Amino acid sequence: MVNAVVTADSGALEELLATLPDAGMAQQITADGTPTVWVPRERLLDVLRHLRPGFPMLLDVFGIDERLRQNKPLPAQDFTVVYHLFSVERREEFRVKASVSEADAVVPSATPVWPAANWYEREAWDMFGIEFSGHPNLRRIILPPTWEGFALRKDHPARATEMEPFSLDEDKQVVEQEALRFRPEEWGMDRASDDSEFMFLNLGPNHPSVHGVFRIALQLDGEVIVDAVPDIGYHHRGAEKMGERQSWHTFIPYTDRIDYLGGVMNNLAYVLSVEKLAGIEVPPRVKVIRIMLAELFRISSHLVFYGTFVQDVGQMSPVFYMFADRERLFGIVEAITGGRMHPAWFRIGGVAQDLPKGWDTLVRDFIDSMPARLDHYQKMAMDNSIVKDRTVGIGAYSGEEAVEWGITGASLRAAGVDFDLRRDRPYAGYEDFDFEVPLGHRGDSYDRAVVRVEEIRQSLRIIRQCLDNMPEGPYKSDHRHTTPPPKERTLGDIETLIHHFLNVSWGPAIPPGEACVPIEATKGFNSYHLVSDGGTSSYRTRIRTPSFPALQQLPLISRGLLIPDLIAIIASIDFVMADVDR
Amino acid sequence: MTELSTTLFGLLIIGAAVGGAAVLTWFERRLLGIWQDRYGPNRLGPFGIFQVLADMLKLLTKDDWVPPFADRFVFILAPTVIVIVMMLGFAVIPFGPELQVIDLNIGLLFFLGMSSLAVYSVLLGGLASNNKYALLGGLRSAAQMVSYEVFMGLSLMGVVMLAGSFSLRDIVLAQEGLWYCIPQFLGLVTFTIAGIAESHRLPFDLPEAEHELTAGFHTEYGGMKFAMFMLGEYVGLILICCMMTVLFFGGWMGPLLPPIVWFCIKVFVLICFFVLLRAAIPRPRYDQLMGLGWKYMLPLTLINLLFTGAFLLVMES
Repeated sequence: MVNAVVTADSGALEELLATLPDAGMAQQITADGTPTVWVPRERLLDVLRHLRPGFPMLLDVFGIDERLRQNKPLPAQDFTVVYHLFSVERREEFRVKASVSEADAVVPSATPVWPAANWYEREAWDMFGIEFSGHPNLRRIILPPTWEGFALRKDHPARATEMEPFSLDEDKQVVEQEALRFRPEEWGMDRASDDSEFMFLNLGPNHPSVHGVFRIALQLDGEVIVDAVPDIGYHHRGAEKMGERQSWHTFIPYTDRIDYLGGVMNNLAYVLSVEKLAGIEVPPRVKVIRIMLAELFRISSHLVFYGTFVQDVGQMSPVFYMFADRERLFGIVEAITGGRMHPAWFRIGGVAQDLPKGWDTLVRDFIDSMPARLDHYQKMAMDNSIVKDRTVGIGAYSGEEAVEWGITGASLRAAGVDFDLRRDRPYAGYEDFDFEVPLGHRGDSYDRAVVRVEEIRQSLRIIRQCLDNMPEGPYKSDHRHTTPPPKERTLGDIETLIHHFLNVSWGPAIPPGEACVPIEATKGFNSYHLVSDGGTSSYRTRIRTPSFPALQQLPLISRGLLIPDLIAIIASIDFVMADVDR
Repeated sequence: MTELSTTLFGLLIIGAAVGGAAVLTWFERRLLGIWQDRYGPNRLGPFGIFQVLADMLKLLTKDDWVPPFADRFVFILAPTVIVIVMMLGFAVIPFGPELQVIDLNIGLLFFLGMSSLAVYSVLLGGLASNNKYALLGGLRSAAQMVSYEVFMGLSLMGVVMLAGSFSLRDIVLAQEGLWYCIPQFLGLVTFTIAGIAESHRLPFDLPEAEHELTAGFHTEYGGMKFAMFMLGEYVGLILICCMMTVLFFGGWMGPLLPPIVWFCIKVFVLICFFVLLRAAIPRPRYDQLMGLGWKYMLPLTLINLLFTGAFLLVMES
């Protein structure tokens, strides 16, 4: 068994308070225990600069509209900007919050401290109208440039029925069309250099190799990429806004569709945060079932990655073998959950049902057959010299760069950074499992694939341990927020009946607070920062996904390469657009 | 053969090539399907063979559209070029001892000439489309085909030296006893690779490269004009396989069975090999393909020439 070290707070907060005593900081206690500090915006950059060496990774920047919040923390005004930091070495998170009023919603941009703040701040501007002074390119990122209002503000309607009926008259159409016109200057690209005129190629949003609706504007000199500017938002469905309207339980199916290859892995990140907020402990059987299903989906996601990766460098056949395997895997998922890609099967405090009879045979057959097939794919795809020629050394970054840009998961480990949340900061019961964390060393497209292929084998190992050690016991916790009282007893006394009725009609009311539990999802860190105001639905749901920063980093690793290299890079970073746009 | 029968035979060959190419579209998909653990088109008729008819019907009845921004004349001309030159290439192929449209004494050069002309089709199609993806595809194909042309011709010179003739009929007759695939093995390998590059099929389908250039040079093409490109590609594949049969595998020669049957069997096996290549090998990058051509293939063909020449000199003296 791995002896996981869970470092408690190593004193980063005390140290910060001691070093900058005059910064007027205030501490906030959160349900997840992450050190959280409020900083006046005048001192924000000082504090962030001070934290930068200790926490080189900026996980997330997002806004909260506090105006309707009953239980708001003391320093909060109208809007809050949250900086979520992470340190790989200390295995610690850190949260910095700054508060602004609606009339003066301006904070200094953190881009000089973390370049990765760029897209996150644009998103916060896009959704909340919070201005980041000093930001190099503060434009809308997810919603179209012609959008009116700021979508995640509490006064912005969430449903079409709350708005005027949509109409598109001619004037409006002209404006919308004009907004779509491509002007290289707006994307930060020159039309010509001293000695040559550039060609601009619009790759996507509909292109065979961009894995969904993703657009990149390419500035080309011949076939050489001078610059590449990604354009996202085509897959935006307002999942965070929906989180504020759905009850705690009914939001679970929406999470399935964030990383749509990850299935229940998304449920896990969400329910862990809710359970942390409500203080729910789950029985051992639930832990093992959840891990087993999550690892099955990790394999499923990695198989899709594997197949499309080699397909995008032009090998036609392997993807069919891998999809056939995934099909068998979905057979198991279907037998257990009744669903396939989006089972929405985890529940707050448990899972939806107990495992069906005969599940162990299905799982055993699958994990017994996979290693030989993986060996076969290794020979066919990964050992192929053309695949290597196309991907080795292409799109490489160092471990430091990866950390700086918020790259997580297998893409981080491909650059040699030995970090896996499952081992280094176990959650959901991973501390009881024995597995290795595969590492790459070049950080290039090939290594990103190698690490993922090896992870499939490790996941098989974890699933075998689940299979051999499945505990007996209940499949949901006996907590009043998660499980209604037994039906027989509701007919005995009125209190129990009321409780049962409220639980199944309104759903549970989760105690006020904030919590966020990052997990090692199929593509990297996935977390749901949930703010509860003591109601039956979340006050703010912030979804941090691994694909978002990966795309932000794309231009950096593709400059100076050829179009086919860009395709190899896109294939290797393993993203899905729903995971980027949410 | 009389003039009339030659004409008839020519028409027959054209019909067979077009029919063969049409069936090949279905056959390739079925074969790929089998190798990839799936079925392929299997619904229409026995083994799905009528899929060919359905596809033809669909392509023929599609709106014959020319993009307003394209160079109309060249845009329409481009797909016809590839079909015509590939068809012409069949004129010099000896299918049997007496089965040949015309036995040119420069038959081999005629074939090389025709296959060189095919590059114009792709290039013009790419340029006339006035589309950036098509332009990149056209540029790639120009560079790729010009480079591979060089050693495609050179790789065959060993065969010419051994046979002492450019006439394809003479070349087949000279293989009595020993097929050239053995003494000219290097020539065979380089010609095969050049052949794939010339017919721009995966792994050398860079002008098309669907993962990079969406559909490359024929991005803007649809309906019948697209079908012409596809037809040209498949006829080209059959032509390359016929040439390999003629130049390296003894043409129509073989025991017991009639010559034309032997010829067809050999071509069929080679076509299966090309389909297998498509299923198995990834696509190299553009500059890697060029590197392969100039750095490895060209020297190989030259070495082959040198050794063949030396061998012939030694034999003579």
